[in-house]
Amino acid sequence: MTTRLVLRRLALALLTLWLVSLLVFAATLALPGDAAQAILGREATPDRLAALRDQLHLDEPVVTQYLKWLGGIVTGDLGNSAATQAPVGELLSDRVGNSLFLVLISAAVAVPLSIMVGVWTAMRRDRPVDHVVSTASLILASLPEFVIGIALILLFATQVFHAFPAVSLLGPGEKAWDDPKVVVLPAATLVLAVVPYISRIMRGSMVEVLESEYVTMATLKGLPRRTVIWRHAVPNAIVPAIQVTALQLAYLAGGVVVVEFVFSYPGIGAALVEAVGNRDMPVVQDVTMLAAGIYVGLNILADVATILVTPKLRTAGR
Amino acid sequence: MSDQTVERAADLLEQPPTLIPTAPARARLALVADALRLGRTRFGLAIVALLVLIALAGPLVAPHSPTEFVGIPNSKPSGDAIFGTDALGRDVLSRFLHGGRTVLWLSAAATLLGIVVGVVVGLIAAYSRNWLDDVLMRSNDVLLAFPQIIFVLLAVSAIGPKLWLIVLTVGLTHAPRVARVIRGAALEVVERDFVKSAEVVGEARWRIVFAEVLPNVTSPLLVEVGLRMTYSIGLVAGISFLGFGLQPPSADWGLMINENRLSITVQAWSVLLPVIAIGLLTVGTNLVTDGLSRALAGIDRQADS
Repeated sequence: MTTRLVLRRLALALLTLWLVSLLVFAATLALPGDAAQAILGREATPDRLAALRDQLHLDEPVVTQYLKWLGGIVTGDLGNSAATQAPVGELLSDRVGNSLFLVLISAAVAVPLSIMVGVWTAMRRDRPVDHVVSTASLILASLPEFVIGIALILLFATQVFHAFPAVSLLGPGEKAWDDPKVVVLPAATLVLAVVPYISRIMRGSMVEVLESEYVTMATLKGLPRRTVIWRHAVPNAIVPAIQVTALQLAYLAGGVVVVEFVFSYPGIGAALVEAVGNRDMPVVQDVTMLAAGIYVGLNILADVATILVTPKLRTAGR
Repeated sequence: MSDQTVERAADLLEQPPTLIPTAPARARLALVADALRLGRTRFGLAIVALLVLIALAGPLVAPHSPTEFVGIPNSKPSGDAIFGTDALGRDVLSRFLHGGRTVLWLSAAATLLGIVVGVVVGLIAAYSRNWLDDVLMRSNDVLLAFPQIIFVLLAVSAIGPKLWLIVLTVGLTHAPRVARVIRGAALEVVERDFVKSAEVVGEARWRIVFAEVLPNVTSPLLVEVGLRMTYSIGLVAGISFLGFGLQPPSADWGLMINENRLSITVQAWSVLLPVIAIGLLTVGTNLVTDGLSRALAGIDRQADS
């Protein structure tokens, strides 16, 4: 039964991604007049116009255009950038690594931190520290990422302390992990943007679990507090937090766009902003498909994880 | 339709028809009153009011034109320019006072669009309970697969940095999120007796959806309006910060941050003022939202007991 549930989710996700690809492709059709001319502008040389028309298969029927474009994406042939003529795959490969590094570091800090904050405030429910954390979370959750990022730059890179670089400058061919200092402030921004959401859910479910009978029972049995919390309460309280965590990690796929731009961090987010400025449609479409793929993929992972850890859902189909 | 439902509907028809919709109207007022009793709601409203005042009245009291060059670029605060000049030598205070209107009206318009479309889709999906529900929810999933800002950027790269496009796309990305909440709240309402009785007396479907069901989901709807407004401000200001909103030489808070971020070490005011304004605005709207949702939770608790 579990397999059937998981397969159903997978099929739905593929359907969603296919519809997403239709929408992303339709963006080229929204270009006024000749798409190649619209992308390259008035000063385009006939050579480049012809090259782009050929790449977008503009002289063929729309359906063929779409199928060839989709086929390219599925087989890893991402086409050429309209701005530099370079293959998009080459252009993005370094940057994907940098963005992945940024997102993974942020997630590796944010998830355990959120769980700890959630557990800690749940155990001190309605005490001053709980109220302080909840107010701080509310404020952080309201702020747009670029406001947090610029506040961090002012605090740690320019006006107050000079601990970290304000812009993530890397030499040619250098990767973000060669100079980990550049990732600190962008990652901190993403962590601060995500932690309020996950910790809030974690606190809520932990409060509920702490009031349950089996936790009381474990305490009455005379188990040490530490064991009761970390062995009995937390594993159960984590389940509702899985969905939110996945949602927040998926949110990072969009969040990196603004944060990378704030710090001039050489990732796909900054590449997307640059491509939008140049109206470089092939790059924009590829990055959009990538972000949608990550988003849908993470949601499936969360659903599957929830199905696997929830006995009720595991047997729901029977 | 079972005989029992018809009987119950007949009973209800004996009563004056106005009795049916009045209960939700009271609950709606109670929600606002309860929310206003909370300090955070009032504090949030005060912040929002202050920033709206700055945005609306700012252009009237600005000492200079937003595009006038008043000194050398990035000069420190002085008598003539209280917060110094920006990267091109224009008065920071004047540009700040002129720059709040766009973000406010764009976010309000995008929120309105997202709420209207989301409510219509959510209510129709909840009321139809058939293939239409499936189609609408699947379309929702498609839009939900895009991170909001990436959807806006995709549209901007195809059509160009137009303000109407920002309103349209930010609104459209809100709609499925609103629809999901409204559908969830309405699913329970459409099962209630007064909807059944309205069906029995042959009320038009659109009337049932908008006159009977809608008034019963206004409380979660109010919370959703506040939440969407907070996100709209962040998105609209963010798009403008990326350089795809209002174009130079216009004065706009997001654009100001973009134009002056590289000279942040020499002259921080030109970045700091708009950053603080946008930050305060979102904190204000979110405080109001939090007040509303706390009031809603309180009302729910009373209803349960």
